[in-house]
Amino acid sequence: MQLTREARCAHTRGSAGLSPFTRTLLTLCLIAAPALAGVLPEDRADVLWHSYNGGDITIQGPSVLVRKKVGDNLSLSASYYEDMISSASIDVKLSASPYHETRKQESVGADYLHGKSTYSAGFITSKEPDYKANTSYFSVSQDMFGDLTTLTLGYRRGWDQVFRDIKTPQGVLENDPTFHQRADHRGYSLSLTQILTRNAILGFNYELLTDQGYLANPYREIRFLSPGQGRGFMLAEQVYPNTRTSNAASVQLKYYLPYRAALTGQYRFFHDTWGVLAHTVELDYTHPVWKHWIFDGSLRYYRQSAADFYSDLFPRANYQNFMGRDRELAAFHSYTLGAGASYQFAVPGVRWISKSSANVRVDHLMVDYSDFRNALLAGSYGAGNEPLYRLNANIFQVFVSIWF
Amino acid sequence: MGVSPVKLMRAVTAALLLAALAGCAAPTPWVKPYEREHFADPIMSFNRDPVSSTYLQHVFETREGAHGATGSVGGGCGCN
Amino acid sequence: MKNRIAAIAATLAIALPALAGSAGGGPAPQFTLSARGGRDVSLAQYHGQVVMINFWASWCGPCRQEMPLLESIYKKYNKLGFTLLGVNVEPDSQAADDWLKATPVTFPILYDKESKVSKLYDVAGMPSTVIIDRRGKLRMLHRGYKPGDENEYLDSIRSLIRE
Repeated sequence: MQLTREARCAHTRGSAGLSPFTRTLLTLCLIAAPALAGVLPEDRADVLWHSYNGGDITIQGPSVLVRKKVGDNLSLSASYYEDMISSASIDVKLSASPYHETRKQESVGADYLHGKSTYSAGFITSKEPDYKANTSYFSVSQDMFGDLTTLTLGYRRGWDQVFRDIKTPQGVLENDPTFHQRADHRGYSLSLTQILTRNAILGFNYELLTDQGYLANPYREIRFLSPGQGRGFMLAEQVYPNTRTSNAASVQLKYYLPYRAALTGQYRFFHDTWGVLAHTVELDYTHPVWKHWIFDGSLRYYRQSAADFYSDLFPRANYQNFMGRDRELAAFHSYTLGAGASYQFAVPGVRWISKSSANVRVDHLMVDYSDFRNALLAGSYGAGNEPLYRLNANIFQVFVSIWF
Repeated sequence: MGVSPVKLMRAVTAALLLAALAGCAAPTPWVKPYEREHFADPIMSFNRDPVSSTYLQHVFETREGAHGATGSVGGGCGCN
Repeated sequence: MKNRIAAIAATLAIALPALAGSAGGGPAPQFTLSARGGRDVSLAQYHGQVVMINFWASWCGPCRQEMPLLESIYKKYNKLGFTLLGVNVEPDSQAADDWLKATPVTFPILYDKESKVSKLYDVAGMPSTVIIDRRGKLRMLHRGYKPGDENEYLDSIRSLIRE
């Protein structure tokens, strides 16, 4: 089983959709650029264990990242990530049965530094029993204005294959042979970081994403009013549009406080052709103390409006062309409170490790839906009058990082 | 709604033109390289712990309708 | 389309400044800074020697990478009329002193806490290295550090020592 977006990977960068004119401009700039250089990311290895617990879903697993320079201009990275999912969520309880499943994701990437430009490329592949996703990305990053400004252009391309699990008469889950869909994703991104003063740096990101193909969740269903039937409603298949274009733009400001601490403010605006409008605001504070410790605190507020074709309860069957009841597309707002502690230490006797840290982070997520109801309580309240759904989740991370 | 790829490409071209001019005829930076010590401090990095921030982004993106515009690159220390 | 590219190429070629090459050849600006060990050091006291000034900071990775190489260059050529001055550009020298305790060097370390000398020499990259000849003229300006750059320094030092 899967949540459609579960398998799609975030945080990828891309390229190659540039016109000949643009390509020439870029090449000219790179050839003529002064012979100074930027800096590649540091060599490091991180091992993390993550755990999400909320809404009757438990997801945990490892995440490993290794990054190493090869020569002076190339940095290679590889990562492995797993989600071990145990779900008896409200969606699963309504129209399916609890399940266990593992999603595995692997990625490789390379960053090449030439003068003031960094070229990055990579590939991410994600597999779970009923969803396969492959993403490739390419980006170019350029330092300019005396290294005060960095401009990054990226392109990513994703190819997904969607399957649907059904239970055989023997009780085994396997792919429904009649169900095999595809989804394609394209992303264009532009990022800018700008040093404003000795103590402040600004980041700006814009991303345009287009999705095409099967974009729904094959296990979720819509419900429509059906008085006289058991629960007062009946379930039916979701019908999603097969295209989606999204625009997202965000601003981050990081400020260095004189006693050595950092304050970050972020805002993101999102709007898509499905009618979802979302605002994200986040405040983070980082405070190092006592030589070895760094403490972090964060507060995140998120609010979104529902997709045009979303409804918790449609008045009747086939009410409109597109119908969905995925709570990810409902109107809701959420708060997330996070705190982290990090202990920096040197590993004695192991000379190739320059520094290391042990870290812990907890986040508490509280989601309040405005138009998604707990349909499991239809019997007590009547269809359409059930209490609005609320979700609390605890997210826990523990990880060790080493630099070499 | 939604910006068409054509409009986006025009904006990108304009940005690249700016980049080309900027990268090749560098004006005087108002924060000198020797004044950028704070940006070399890991606490001022936009992405200090990539495994952790990537994971949290993933948690939010799978439960929310919004996605994208979360990566941040750069913030040079003025080195090299 | 081709005209567009030609026009832009011409503009860029004209706009391209000469960077990371030789310095003007003018006299090196004079200065006096306090040094590690307590005393004050002036550039004037090294007139007659080949002087290499390296602007560095403890927070700058390539600077730290370069320091051991500078130390070996100093040891090798110091008796032949060459000296190296490490100008630390940090307003607070605590981090630099801590780093030097772990990675000691024998050449003089000067503290440019108010960035007076950095401004005088128009430091536009970290690290920055200038080489001054026996007559006090600026002969080489090198910005940044990549492994292999020390060969450029050595070529310059060897030819200037012979003058």
